[in-house]
This record gives sequence, C-alpha cells and structure tokens, in this order.
Amino acid sequence: MSIHLSRRTLLGGGAALATALLTGCGGDSTGGPGAGDTPRRGGRLRVAFAGGGATETLDPHLANLFNEASRAKAVFDKLADYGPDVSIQPRLALSWEPNADLTRWRVALREATFHDGRPVRAADVLASYARIVDPDRAFRARASLSLIDLRASRAVDDRTVEFALHRPFAEFGNVLAAFGAYIVPEGAESFDRPIGSGPFTVSSFTPGRSLLLARYPDYWEGAAHLDELEYVIANEESARINALLGGQVDYAHDVSPTTARTHTGNDRVAITRMPNSNLLGFTMKVDRPPFDNRDLREAMFLLTDREQLVETVLSGTGQVGNDLFGKGFQYYADDIPQRTRDLDRARALVDRAGARGLRIPLDTAPVAAGFVEAASVFADQARQVGLTVEPVQRNKDTYWRDVLDGGVMATFRSGAMPIETHISQRLLTTSTTNATRWMRPEFDALYGTAVSSTDEAGRRRAYGDMQRMLHAEGGLLVWGFADFLVATAPTVRGVSAEAPANTLDWARFDKVWLA
Amino acid sequence: MSLTRYTVQRLLLGVGQVAGITTVVFVLTEALPGDAAVVIAGDHPDPERIALIRAQLDLDRPAWWRFLDWVVGLLHGDLGASLISQRPVLDLIVGGAAATLLLAVATLVLLVPLAVGLGMLAARREGGRLDRTLTTLAVGLYAVPEFALAILLVAVFGVRLGWFPPTAVGADLLAQPGVLVLPLLVLLARPICSISRLTRAGMVDALRAEYVHHARRLGLSTRRRWLAHALPTAAAPVVQQVARTTDWLLGGVIVVEAVFVIPGLGTALVDAVAARDVPTIQGLCVVVAVTTVLVNLVADLVAFRLAPRTVGVR
Repeated sequence: MSIHLSRRTLLGGGAALATALLTGCGGDSTGGPGAGDTPRRGGRLRVAFAGGGATETLDPHLANLFNEASRAKAVFDKLADYGPDVSIQPRLALSWEPNADLTRWRVALREATFHDGRPVRAADVLASYARIVDPDRAFRARASLSLIDLRASRAVDDRTVEFALHRPFAEFGNVLAAFGAYIVPEGAESFDRPIGSGPFTVSSFTPGRSLLLARYPDYWEGAAHLDELEYVIANEESARINALLGGQVDYAHDVSPTTARTHTGNDRVAITRMPNSNLLGFTMKVDRPPFDNRDLREAMFLLTDREQLVETVLSGTGQVGNDLFGKGFQYYADDIPQRTRDLDRARALVDRAGARGLRIPLDTAPVAAGFVEAASVFADQARQVGLTVEPVQRNKDTYWRDVLDGGVMATFRSGAMPIETHISQRLLTTSTTNATRWMRPEFDALYGTAVSSTDEAGRRRAYGDMQRMLHAEGGLLVWGFADFLVATAPTVRGVSAEAPANTLDWARFDKVWLA
Repeated sequence: MSLTRYTVQRLLLGVGQVAGITTVVFVLTEALPGDAAVVIAGDHPDPERIALIRAQLDLDRPAWWRFLDWVVGLLHGDLGASLISQRPVLDLIVGGAAATLLLAVATLVLLVPLAVGLGMLAARREGGRLDRTLTTLAVGLYAVPEFALAILLVAVFGVRLGWFPPTAVGADLLAQPGVLVLPLLVLLARPICSISRLTRAGMVDALRAEYVHHARRLGLSTRRRWLAHALPTAAAPVVQQVARTTDWLLGGVIVVEAVFVIPGLGTALVDAVAARDVPTIQGLCVVVAVTTVLVNLVADLVAFRLAPRTVGVR
C-alpha cells in the first residue's frame, strides 16, 4: 500500500483529490506487500476469471463483465479512475480545472505513449469520447459522457483538452473515471489485437479461452513487475479454486465465502478480502402500493436483522448496511446513526399502515451470489411482524430489466461507483435506471445544488441532506456490504486489499509480482 | 429394400428433420423471456439503451423476418454473426468443435474396444463369477450421475492426490494429454456400462441361436464362431448404441465441459442460450442436428449390412 500512497501524494489533481488524500489514508491496515518483501521482476501470472465465452471482447468501450473490465485496465487507461474510497484519482489526466461557472474544464494530459510508440494526444482523447457517445452505438459510458458538448470542446494543444459541458458540473472527475471511458488511439475500430496506453500489450487472444499479455516497458507509471500476464476463463467458482489448488493458475477471481472458510489455514491458498465491494439490499417501489406508504417502508427498515443476513448469506464476510449506498466512500454520510432492529416499533408501524397479514411478493433470481438466500432469510424475518413476504424466482438472464419497472420489491446489488453517479443514475426523476421509482423535486434540487456549486462544504452538506432523506424514507433497504474475495497462490504478492470491486486497484496486475 | 434406396430415403428424412429442429429451436428461443439487447444491458437496464441495441441488432424486426433472413443466409452457406460479439458463427463453431471433437474421438477410440471386450468377457460364462461381478459394477457405475463422478474424481485425483490436473484451464489439450485423463474417465463411465451390457446380451442370444450351433456341428473353431458368426449379430444393436453415444458426446457433454473448463460446443451452446444469441444457437443446432442425422444414418447402414432383419422391423 505504501507504493500507492506515495504515488497519490505526488500527483496533483482537481478539487476531488484533496478530500481523497484526507479520507483515503484512514483505513489502510491490511493487504499489500508483507514486511521486507520487495517486488521482484519477471514471470508469468495466470489469472482465472468467469467470462462470457464467445461474447468477450477486447473493445474497452464494450467492457461489461469483471474480466473485461480487468483486461481493459491492463491494456488501456482512462483519464481518471476510482481510488480506494471511490474518490477520483488522476490517471492519463494530470489535472482538471474548471472555469468560474463550471461549464468548461481544462484537462492537462500526462506524457504517455501507446504501445506502438505514438504519444497519447488530445486528439486521441476527443476521438475516444466521440466514439463512446456516437448516437448510433450503445456504449455503456455514453450516458455519463453525454454531459460533454463535444462539438464545442477542443484540443488546445497536444497535451491539453478543453471540454465544454452542456450544464455546470462540479464533479467532472466522475465523468473522466466513468465505467468504460477508456482512451483508444484516434481511428481505432478493430480490437482483435488492440493498441492501448496501459501497462500490458496484447500478445494473443482467443475469446472465451485465453488472453496473453506482455509487459509494456515504456508505461508512464513505470513498467509492470510481471513479464507476462495470462487471463484464462473458468465460469464455475469450483473450477477456479480447483485450478488454483492444482497449480494451474496463480489467481482466482471472485471466490465464495464458503470457499474462503474451507481454505482458511491452508498454506497453498491466500485469500484477499476487499471490503465494501458489493452493496446488497432490497428495492421497494415508492410509487405504488404497498410501499407508497412511508410507515410500511420504515417498518421494513426496522424489522430487518442485518447481522443475521450478513452471518447467513455472506458467511460473515461483510458489514451491515445502513440503508445507504457507498459505505466508506467519499461523501458517505457516516454521521447518520446505524439503524438497528426494533420489532415493537416495526409492528406498530405495520399496524398503522394497516398492513398486518399483507402478502408482499419479493422478486429474486440467482443473478448474484446470495440473492435467493437473502430473500428467504428476509421472508422469515418479516413473518415475525405479521407480514407475508413471498420470494418469487424470476428469470436470471433478464432479471434487471424485469425488476426495473415491474413488481414492488426485489433483491438488489450494486458495485462501487461515486455516490454522485449512484444518485444521478438511479434516484433522480430523470434517471434511466430508477428501480425504487424515487422521484422527488426537492431531492432533485439538492442534487442540482451539489453538482453546480464550486463550494466544497456546501456540496458535502447537500450530499448529507440527500442521504438523510433517503435514510428516513427512501426505497432502498441496504442490509449489507459484501467483501469481494480473491484467492491467490502464496507466491503472488501486491494484491491490494484496499480496493472495492470496480476501483482502480481491484483486479489490477501491473503492481503484482511473483515472489 | 436396396441399400441405395434406403440411403436416399433416410437422407431426405434427415433434411426434413434438420429443418424441423431449427424451426422448433427458433420458436423456443423466441419464447424465452428477454432478448440479446436485455442481456447485453445487464445490470444497467437503461430502456433507451436497450432500444438502441435492439435496433442495431435488427431485433426490432418481426421474428418471421429474422428467421427467413437466417434461412436465406444458411442456403448460401452463411451461418450469420453472433449478436453479442459480432464474430461469424462459423468461427465460433470451428473453435468449439476442436475440443469437443477431440474428446468425442478419444472417448470412442477407448470406448468401443473396452466395452465390447468386457461384454464378450462377461458373455463367456453366462452367470459365472466374472459375469456377475461385471454386471454389478456396470449397473452401479451407470447409476452415478456424471457431475457427481466428475466432482469426486477432481477432488480425489486432482486436488487431493495431485495425480492429474484438476481442470483443463488454459491448457493445450493435445500438448498436455494429462488434462484429458479425468474428463475421459467421466465420459467413458456411463456408455461403457450400457454398451458392455448390450454386447453381453447380444452375444448370449447369438450363442444360443441355431446358426451358431450349426457352425459348431460343422466343426468351426470357437474363435471363428464367436468373432465371425455371433459377434456380427450381437453388434447391430451395439453399433446403434454407439451412434447414440456419439450424439451425446457431440451435444457437448455440458457437465464435463463445465467441470473441467473445456471450451467446447456444449459451453458455447450454454453461453449462447444465456445471452439469447439466436444466430449462434441456430448455428450450433444445425451442426448438432446434421451430425446426429449422419451418425445415426451410418449406424443404421452398418446394422443393415450386419443384420438386415433388424432394419426391416423398423
């Protein structure tokens, strides 16, 4: 971890960075290199991920799956990325500075080169963003980047880009770090053997099987320790851990809490836990019965035994939630007291809502580990206050679309993203994936205040107010945060434990070495 | 009926079967909830984005139009492109076929001599100790589901004892034949039971038949009676069972591919169904259907030659 902290200290950045420095140092205790263990150069690291078979692609703008995201960051760079507390860390961008009304942002690029030796220029940045927002395509980062008025943006010189925005936006760093907003060389369209500016170059690729990468010696952040990095695909968790035990791979991504417990004390396997990686909870649709009743929502919050859910569903590898997204992240309202179980008050609220004996269907599907289990444990807990929550199994391939508009209650999870992004994508009247149907003009106004103001303290206050509203009467019941677990061979060093899934240091291999 | 006429009849029937199967599969895939656009959108189901993906993939066209488009392409030898990766379906099939074919051929090469040999061994002294032992083992082994056997073998011989690689992750199957040992054991387990039992039963019947007794009266050697006279009669149902085993193997042996991480046709099919990748599903179905029809045709022709009466009954 010391490497990362010193790098972060050295780099300047936008307004967001100052807070990152303050909050980012807090929780560092475990993970990273052991004492006296210095990085060693060389070797091939073999990593096993679940994959999409023939659907995998090296086009970083199409990255969707964990392995695609990890590969994208090995081969490409973004202008900025998420730090351990999901604050924004500069990457290809050295800094971003706004004009007075936050509608134009000047981004300075660092000196970096693509794998074919060409420099990364402002023109490449503009071309990459133009590709992502192309109205004829459907890249995931399009919604995040649509804030930028590309026609009015320009390259000031090769290493300076000036972005014009459609409206004032203080959290511009979040746009630069958006999921999938990678920089590719101008004109790049074929991604069979792509050229990027990341720490590894592509040697060979067989979709659904193997991707072999080699160290890029001229990487701007210093060359990777490893000579080679090989991704292999194993969809079954048991296959990944067996391959690790059999010495066929050195790193197994995404293992279950049960596996972790089975191999505790086994010197052939090391488990790294990445806390606060995955939010787990239930969505309640606040625009329709029965959850248009505020008392009933509060009763649901109060009847939940969060410890029991964490213990049974996550085998204890996680923390309880407080009905808010982003525990431990920048702007998270940790001054709001932790909600605890209060069955008497929950019963009283259920009665006041006239809901005693009510049957509530709870949509679930095995789309993520623990979903179905969480639904059944929660149904048991609800029974104790006189509610009949009935888990309903939905089709797992279409689950997210189905529960976006349909039903009244559903199991939910979310990976890491800035709290601003979570709010803008899911909780505004205009949000496209608003699964709780939370639509409040006064909430929208608070968000508007937060992102259009240069006043850092005012912004923090606005985020606090928004979270207090959500905590008191929102539709998202967050019972826990799952640790993300990876298993490695004992020779693998430098796997960061400070990295929730989706952040920069998660599944990142240029800082890893083989002892 | 002449062999030629029989062949032509069966081939025509086969074309009809393939056409029927692909139509049914298309209809069933359409009946699944959701489409490729929904799957691509995943946990970010922005309706506007889903609509855009749908338009790009021509999924906003009516189903009959897409089916006709696919049939026209097929008649030109074009299997189309995957909705998800945009790569040609043919490349996907060729990529997956290599691993599945290798597994299937290796299994058959080991299976036929082993199973027939065991069956004949058991038939040698009907009801004897060896016969009863082999029967017990075969029935017992046949009752073990593939996935249970696979997991057991991996846990014991792969992870615990470390004799064989527990998976084929990232391995070149031909360069490292060690990775094939456990998968082949799983693949062999069930068909070796059914085929050895069929061989035994066929041999026992044939040895009781009048023509074999006659051959003995004529003074033919035991070896000659067994191999030249009894075995061909006993082999007819065996050949047909081998054909069925081949279908099963080419169908992907999904369990074996999943447990041992062998990226073959079975894995490709499961992925394609999960992704609602209709052209890929259709392409794989054509391959499996054509293979099934051809393998069964060859088996029936062989059976026709060996024992014409068995075909006449059908």
